[in-house]
Amino acid sequence: MKRRLMLFIPLVIFFVMGIFLWQGLKLDPRELPSALIGKPFPAFNLSTVKDENATITQDALKGEVSLVNVWATWCVSCRQEHPELVRIAKESGLKIFGLNYKDTRPEAIRWLDEYMDPYQFSLFDEDGRVGLDLGVYGAPETYIVDKDGIVRYRFVGVIDRQIWLNELLPEVNKWR
Amino acid sequence: MALNKIKALWLALLVALSLVTAFSYAPVAQATIDAFEFKNDELRTRYQDLAAVLRCPKCQNQNIIDSDAGIAADLRQQVYRLLNEGYTDEEILDFMVARYGNFVLYEPPMNSLTYLLWFGPFALLLLAGLVVFMLLRGNRKAAQDAQQISEDDRERLNKLLNKHSG
Repeated sequence: MKRRLMLFIPLVIFFVMGIFLWQGLKLDPRELPSALIGKPFPAFNLSTVKDENATITQDALKGEVSLVNVWATWCVSCRQEHPELVRIAKESGLKIFGLNYKDTRPEAIRWLDEYMDPYQFSLFDEDGRVGLDLGVYGAPETYIVDKDGIVRYRFVGVIDRQIWLNELLPEVNKWR
Repeated sequence: MALNKIKALWLALLVALSLVTAFSYAPVAQATIDAFEFKNDELRTRYQDLAAVLRCPKCQNQNIIDSDAGIAADLRQQVYRLLNEGYTDEEILDFMVARYGNFVLYEPPMNSLTYLLWFGPFALLLLAGLVVFMLLRGNRKAAQDAQQISEDDRERLNKLLNKHSG
């Protein structure tokens, strides 16, 4: 009888492995966890797209929960995402800060004039140093920063209505 | 008996094969596109070594030397800059991990989260060896048992035969 039962061991192993591999299929290897979750937003001192004399530091992000959106005019998906950001800024009253990443000032200004400006201001990160400190590996990326300036969430890719309502808004409310 | 020898041979062959695969290393063609000026050859070697073990965050399986993604170029630039600023190799790797997480390292660090990753294959090999060993021993025992039973049977048979013939 015992020997009979032993014969089922390979079948059991097969099913256990099958379950794990099946779960693995659903994981997206492109999605990297941010190393910065739970840590303060990296220190910076930048001007903005619209005001080259401004000096803004990480302290400007503190006070309330906000979004920091990494964008650039060369980034095609950012163009796709933009209307949703405009809508979010209008509907939710949430502060959205832009991080204009490795871009030129005239082009960035033209973009904001043309497609509307959902941002409080857009930090002008010409050489991408702040982007690098933030662990940005492709625009668009969006970070949820809490009222103490701590990075709470990172979303890589285009935000659309579904993602905003199902993924980001609940996360924002959690930290509000 | 001959069957057992063949099985043992198979086992030896499998073990040898897995050892060869475990320790073989396929060198990858490396192409650097940037023209960095280095103060000395030591810096250049360190740069190349670092860029070879750092993984491009945007790509799935390329180091930052092989990749021509924008982010890989940025990271090469950063490694170059940090080297010139006098950072040690360790500090540069820490710098990258602080920003991009352990993903950026080709060789994951050994900690409680990665023990399974590091030792799992060896544990599986050990387990497989154990199973094969038990199977072989089981076979041998079964073969011996079979012979013994046939001897008992022969004795009984002889007795029966003697009784009737006598």
